[in-house]
This record gives sequence, C-alpha cells and structure tokens, in this order.
Amino acid sequence: MGRSELASRKRYELLFGALGLLALAIAVLTFLTLFVDMAVKGLPRLDADFFTSFPSRRAANAGILSAWVGSTLVMVVTAAFAVPLGVASGVYLEEYAPKNWVTDLIEINITNLAGVPSIVYGLLALGLFIYQFGLGQSILTAGLTLALLILPVVIVATREAIRSIPQVIREGSYALGATRWQTVRYHILPYSSPGILTGVIIGMARAIGETAPIITIGALTFIAFLPPPPVQADPPFLSFDWLWSPFTVMPIQMFNWTSRPEAAFQANAAAAGFVLVFMTLAMNGLAIWLRYRLRRNIKW
Amino acid sequence: MMSAPETMIDQLATKAEVRDLHFYYGDFRALKGIAMPVHERRVTALIGPSGCGKSTFLRCFNRMHDLYPGNRYEGQIVLQPENTDLLAREVDPIEVRMRIGMVFQKPNPFPKTIFENVAYGLRVRGAHSRRGLEEKVEQALQEAALWDEVKDRLHQPAYNLSGGQQQRLCIARALATDPELLLFDEPTSALDPIATASIEELMHDLKQHVTILIVTHNMQQAARVSDFTAYMYLGELIEFGVTDDLFIKPRMKQTEDYITGRFG
Repeated sequence: MGRSELASRKRYELLFGALGLLALAIAVLTFLTLFVDMAVKGLPRLDADFFTSFPSRRAANAGILSAWVGSTLVMVVTAAFAVPLGVASGVYLEEYAPKNWVTDLIEINITNLAGVPSIVYGLLALGLFIYQFGLGQSILTAGLTLALLILPVVIVATREAIRSIPQVIREGSYALGATRWQTVRYHILPYSSPGILTGVIIGMARAIGETAPIITIGALTFIAFLPPPPVQADPPFLSFDWLWSPFTVMPIQMFNWTSRPEAAFQANAAAAGFVLVFMTLAMNGLAIWLRYRLRRNIKW
Repeated sequence: MMSAPETMIDQLATKAEVRDLHFYYGDFRALKGIAMPVHERRVTALIGPSGCGKSTFLRCFNRMHDLYPGNRYEGQIVLQPENTDLLAREVDPIEVRMRIGMVFQKPNPFPKTIFENVAYGLRVRGAHSRRGLEEKVEQALQEAALWDEVKDRLHQPAYNLSGGQQQRLCIARALATDPELLLFDEPTSALDPIATASIEELMHDLKQHVTILIVTHNMQQAARVSDFTAYMYLGELIEFGVTDDLFIKPRMKQTEDYITGRFG
C-alpha cells in the first residue's frame, strides 16, 4: 500500500515537471520564432553602410545612423538623471525615512508609478517639459521622459539590494562610531551596487525599446543629420548643444519603416529590429556579468 | 565584620554605574530598574534565561537602541571618571560609540579586506596617514592574538578567515580605536569549543587594560571568564556579585535555581 501511494505521488511530481517544461518551451519558442523570422528578413540588410547611413527614400540606401546615435544619446541622458535620483530615493527610503504614513504614501505611489502606461509619461512630458519648461522636442526632453519612466524600477531595485544587506553589518558600522552617511558611503552603497546596477540596466533595456512616449513628445521620424558632437576641437572642448537637438530613436525608425508599403523597407525594419534586440540582450548580458563580477567580493 | 569579597569590591575603581535603568520597546518595558556597578579592568558577565533582557541591557551601554524608532531609556548609566550620563539626551550616541566598543553574537566582518576591517573605526574618525593606520592595525591585531595568522594576507578578504578568526578580527576592529569599555554579546555562541577557548583566553588578557561586559547564555563560560556576574530574570536584576560567590553561594533562591539548572 505504501509503495503504490508513493508511486502515485511520484506521478504528480512528473506531471508538474512536464507542465513546467511545457510552459517554458512555449515562452522560449515564441521568442525564438520571432527572433529567427526577424533575423532571416533583416540579416541580408545588415552591413557597415546600414549603420553609417541616414534614412533615405530609397530602401537600399537607407540606414539607422541617426536612430542609433539618437538612442545612445537619449540613454546617456536617461541614465544621468535616473541613476542619481533613483539611488538617492532608494537610500533615503531604506536608511533615512522615518516609518510613518508619509513614507508609506511615498512607497505606495512609487509602486503604482511602475504600473503607469508609458504613454501617460509621454503626455506628462509634453505638458511639463515641452510646454511648461520649454525644453523643446529635444534629446534632453526624451532622456528626462524615459528617466521618469524607469525611476520606479531603479528605486525598487535599489531598495531590494539595500534590504539584502544583513542588519549586523549596519550595526557593526554604527558600533564603531560611524555616522549614518559614513555607513551609507562605506557599506550600504558598495554592497548594494551589484543589485542597483542590475536594476539600472534592466530599466535602460526597457527604456531603449519605448516608442509611445517618444512619439508623444514629438521625435522626428525622418532625420538626415546628427546632433552636434559632444566633443569639439576648440575650447572649451565639451559641448552640450546636442541636448537641444531634434532626434529619432531606433523603435521610431522601425515603426516608420514598417508603415511603408514597399517590401524592401520591411527588410530594413527587420534589420533595425535585430539591432535593437541585440542592444537589449547585450545590456542584459552586461547586467548579469557585472553582477557576477561585483558579487564575488561581497559575502557575509 | 567585613567579608573578603566586599573588601575587594571597595578597592576597585568603577568604570560605569547603572542607576535605576528602565528601558522600553514602545510600550513594552524590557528593563525594570536595574542598578549595578561595572568595575574597571574586570570582566562582568550578564547571565539569565532567554528573553531576560541581558542583551537589551548590554545594548544600552552603546546606545544601540537609538538606531530604531520607539525605544526609550529611563535612568542613568554614568561613565567614570568624568561622571557623564551616557543616556542623557544631550549626549550624542556616536560619541558614546566612539568610546565603547562592541563585539556581536555572530562574527560580522565587513566584506572588505582584513586591513580595512580593522582600520574602519580609525577611518570614520578621519585618520588618513597610511603609516599611522598600519601601526594601529598591527597593534590591534596583536592584541586580538590574530597578527601571526594574518600578517601575510592583510589585504585579502576577511571572509576567507575561519569563524574563530573572524570573531577575533571583530575584536581587533573594536580594539583599534582604544575603547574604554568593550561589550561582548554572546561572542562565542556561533563558535566551536576550540575557537571559544581562544576567545576566552583573549578576554583574560584584554582585561589588563580594558573593562569588559559580556552577555553569555553559557554559565560555565561566565564562571570561567568573569570576575563579577549579574543574574537577570524578566527584565530585573536579581543578583549581582563576585562570580565565585554567586556561583558557590548565591543569596537568592531564584539565582540558585537557575545556576543549578532547575530552570532556564
């Protein structure tokens, strides 16, 4: 009797394993099919010229130069605003904030912000950054918009990373006469940096594919020039004029091409999509590698 | 006629004097009117069953409770020789922790190098000179009887050390800033018997120049390492006395029941 009962328990074990594997297979196969389809259509278009050409009315001459430069610069602005703001907010909420209803309210709002549709951020940016602050349809506006979008992700990642630090480490620091800031500076930030970095990169990987808010703030769909370079030959060598420049980004370039009737443009869209997916995967890969590297030295 | 131990107590300098100490976690009163001396350059042990408040009491000495909201002290812990009340509102807890070191239950080295662990207390006090730091780090590691084992790998991660070595590293870390009083919160409960013996031996050497207050759940350990023992129960101090007296002829029935293993 005991034996047959065990056999039946083991059947359920097997059944659950099989179901799990099936679910996983559906997810992976769906992604793979899409990816392979895109690769087959797009790969023939991928050559050096594709990366160094502006968009063109002739599909064979068109490239993604303005799009990838735009995406890169927008990401730089996004990171420059989202990382300091998000990390500081996370540190404040975990290490400084008193436990009261104001803090609870802030926490609930941050969690909710993560669920707000991205188009709403676009509308907010249109009203606030463009009409109110007069920042224009610029790289700066796009970067700030996406920074707002990923801020909740960065804050939540920061808080989770900080929470995983054992309390005895904090107490050890305070017991030696350290101030709160010294404890944050020498312990909390260094030990949580792998988790924070992972959260930042995952947030950026989401932001780089965002289309809706960028269209809302009026990114161009056809642009045949680059923003002014950030580095110049004459003093003061650095220039921030690029922040005010009109721009386009990868997903918008793709969207533009997919809405054209000619098949050749569809191939262009697939090729751009391939590059975008590759950029996203590369960012995720970087996150995994950095987390592995940084965590090696942090054990308790 | 005066008994021998009392004479001994009279001759000793007092490092700290606890006066009618009450402590509250929110509404819960965890310590109820504790009064006792802590004698200079002696080991004082706090014993009692789990939940009796001995760790809570220990953590009053370096104002550890200030880190969490809703905690409240009443009464005084007066530190000698300047006669300052550690618990006074105007006394900065950071200043208290700069004079009173602590070693925790589980070794808690920072995930940094051995050198940086020991130098940390000096760094937060603004020490910069490499030479000065190196000297103090070596001295502290010598005092914690760890120098010979780690002198060739000062710049390797501290977590590579064994549990006993990690705990001695934590002791060195506390010693580096020359504390006047050293608090030990069940320092050997996570260690094996050999590591425990080395920590106990170390405490015996340390009391030559630093006052020690130790919480232990192990009565044999209290008997081995301490000069004075306080028995606590449910937040109250039941009996305080010279360790040998308390263990051989306790004055209180409750103490006797506890040390003879009838409860707790």
